[in-house]
Amino acid sequence: MEKTAQNAFPEAYLDHSATTRVSSHVAQVVLEMMTENYGNPSSLHHRGVLAQQALERARRQIASALGAREEEIIFTSGGTEANNLAIQGLARARRRRGDGLVTSGMEHSSVLGAVHHMEEEGFRAVLLAPGPDGRIQPESVAAAVDEKTLLVSCMLVNNETGAVNPIGEISAAAKAKNPDVVIHCDAVQAFGKLPIDVRRLGVDLMTVSGHKIHAPKGVGALYVKKGVRLVPLVYGGSQERALRPGTENVPLACGFGAAAEDMLRGMAENTARFEALRRRLISGAEKIEGVCINSAPGGAPYIVNLSCPGIRSEIMLHFLEGRGIYVSSGSACSKGAKSHVLAAMGLGQERIDSALRVSFCRESTEEEVDRLLEGLAAGIAMLEKNRGRQR
Amino acid sequence: MRELILIKNGEIALKGLNRNSFEDKLIKNAKRSLAGCGQFKFYKAQSTIYCEPVEEGADMAGALERLQKVFGIAALCRAAVVEKDFEAIKATAAAYLKDTLRAARTFKVEAKRSDKSFAMASPEICRELGGYLLSQYPHLRVDVHRPDVTVTVEIRDFGAYLHTDQLPGAGGIPVGSGGKAMLLISGGIDSPVAGYMMAKRGLELEAVHFAAPPYTSERARLKVIRLCEKLLPYAVSVRLYVVGFTEIQVAIRQNCPEDLFTLIMRRQMMKIAERLAEENRCEALITGESVGQVASQTMQALAVTDIATRLPVLRPVIGMDKTEIIRIARQIDTFETSILPYEDCCTVFTPRHPKTKPRLGDILKAEERLDVAAQIDQAVREAEVIQLCADWPRQEEII
Repeated sequence: MEKTAQNAFPEAYLDHSATTRVSSHVAQVVLEMMTENYGNPSSLHHRGVLAQQALERARRQIASALGAREEEIIFTSGGTEANNLAIQGLARARRRRGDGLVTSGMEHSSVLGAVHHMEEEGFRAVLLAPGPDGRIQPESVAAAVDEKTLLVSCMLVNNETGAVNPIGEISAAAKAKNPDVVIHCDAVQAFGKLPIDVRRLGVDLMTVSGHKIHAPKGVGALYVKKGVRLVPLVYGGSQERALRPGTENVPLACGFGAAAEDMLRGMAENTARFEALRRRLISGAEKIEGVCINSAPGGAPYIVNLSCPGIRSEIMLHFLEGRGIYVSSGSACSKGAKSHVLAAMGLGQERIDSALRVSFCRESTEEEVDRLLEGLAAGIAMLEKNRGRQR
Repeated sequence: MRELILIKNGEIALKGLNRNSFEDKLIKNAKRSLAGCGQFKFYKAQSTIYCEPVEEGADMAGALERLQKVFGIAALCRAAVVEKDFEAIKATAAAYLKDTLRAARTFKVEAKRSDKSFAMASPEICRELGGYLLSQYPHLRVDVHRPDVTVTVEIRDFGAYLHTDQLPGAGGIPVGSGGKAMLLISGGIDSPVAGYMMAKRGLELEAVHFAAPPYTSERARLKVIRLCEKLLPYAVSVRLYVVGFTEIQVAIRQNCPEDLFTLIMRRQMMKIAERLAEENRCEALITGESVGQVASQTMQALAVTDIATRLPVLRPVIGMDKTEIIRIARQIDTFETSILPYEDCCTVFTPRHPKTKPRLGDILKAEERLDVAAQIDQAVREAEVIQLCADWPRQEEII
């Protein structure tokens, strides 16, 4: 159901950190796995073998995008499940060795939710705030880690601002303080778009997800470094090393594998495009009175957070929607909630209340950015005029 | 075995010469509400309406549940149809009521013999049937004062009917028998309840919702459609008008004093609702206002809102507390939808200190600076119309 106003404009979807369109290549892979290579990887016969081979290929594709070994990849239903498996699974596996969980206040709700749940089971949580650049500082992590700390969980790219956390330094600092500490990294917003090497980053657990990189919703993976033991969330068969029992979702895993490989292959080109689009957006925004950029320089080039102070995010979002331009207010996962990330960066209430997130994909165009800039300018002109005072 | 649903009229039975048309309205509404439960035929006799499936496999339990929401029905029950022969009645009773009687500890039998040609008198039927059921279900005891189950036998013109306790109906009078009114629906808790209450008094509902994009969102609009759908089991059909209100709100904002903003806005809403009402033969407006609930619902504020329209404004929740309104909203299942947190147009541009004791003179003076006749024309002309009916499929999926 499209409103007529929206039909008047071509669509400019600039909310790729919420989700992406499945690429036709990936859709083809998924369809083929559903309709042709449809076996159960656990079956002993030929159909089972073919499905298993396809699944293992997908596992290799994810592993090579992370610099991991294939046996270190566990497919899950998505980022949320992978984060829960990492945090709950690690905490329960090591509960005799300690009780400390260190994470940041800017994590995705699935990390914060899991940590909060573990607190109810008796674990101790420390939530770190980012610095003014929106990043978590290694020193603050080191200060929070003690001999009873089991896990440090920190995202690689922040979903709201695009800030890239120094995971390598965080890991080193944490392990210098307590060599037994396990490092978990939620890399959902980074995977496929920034080069990732789990060994170089020094992480033991890493969460990735399919639907942010043109694979379908409903698939993700957890990298589990060899030797790190987790307690599963559900019980059943021995699939995925018994960490994720149940017949494997072969079609989506294969789609995810193909999507990861595509992203890896196009990474240099994509990055150049993201950077050009970001430059265009930022320099264009600087020319519009009433727009300010919240993302600090040096962040992931495909996420730009900006504000039109005085105009609530939701109103500008719906104004842009009326012109066929789709952006996000804060993160799509916490609809309507105020951003704790921007608050931690020390931004004023007006900036926070008016924050919008623009996020690109490899198919985003300069024309879309220009239309967004026009939309922002038109929105400010109209909404400022209408405004006496809004609630 | 044949089964049917016996529907007992409520207040309609008291209507004199109009009774037939009330009953026909009720049957029409009941038929529409049974869409999807199978084919049913309706006939009436002795202030009872008979609702009988015409084919095997009709969803009797579903039909009973739907009919419980149809206004004009005082009580109803699912019954077995039996030949007017006492042996047949005995045999059917023992089998048909098996599950109920097994689960009960005490029971009694009631007989209603409206067909006086039936050989046994009511007390005799009770005695004989009671004795037979006791012999079949020896664990039972008779308790004529507070039985777990009352087995009722009705000997009527067309046949005999066996059933246990009857269910309460929704009461009220059939929708449409009192004319049509236009409900102003915001998306909050009160307006759907107000619509429900007036439907109960026989009014057919049309509804108008004011949308103010980009200040209000598509989800707010879908929420209102959802609320109207929730009213359908009671209201049978709702025609919803979604009126674009942004320009009018902006004009008020720019031309009128801030403290009068909400009141002037509500007066414009009344005027638009009146226009739509008159174009569609609605004879009244309905609002969910309750005295003193918010600044725009003080006695003085209501007075200046009321005077904006020539039509009577029905305010069925006017004297109710929020908790009472919420109780009804939960009962009709609109509450959870109403509290979804989407901005509605009433909360856009809310004044800091709204006037609670406005004077009409001030308002009229402020409105002199407001020239929104053209915008109102346009809003009415371009209103989106969404027709929702109990016997139609859902219009849109809600996120």
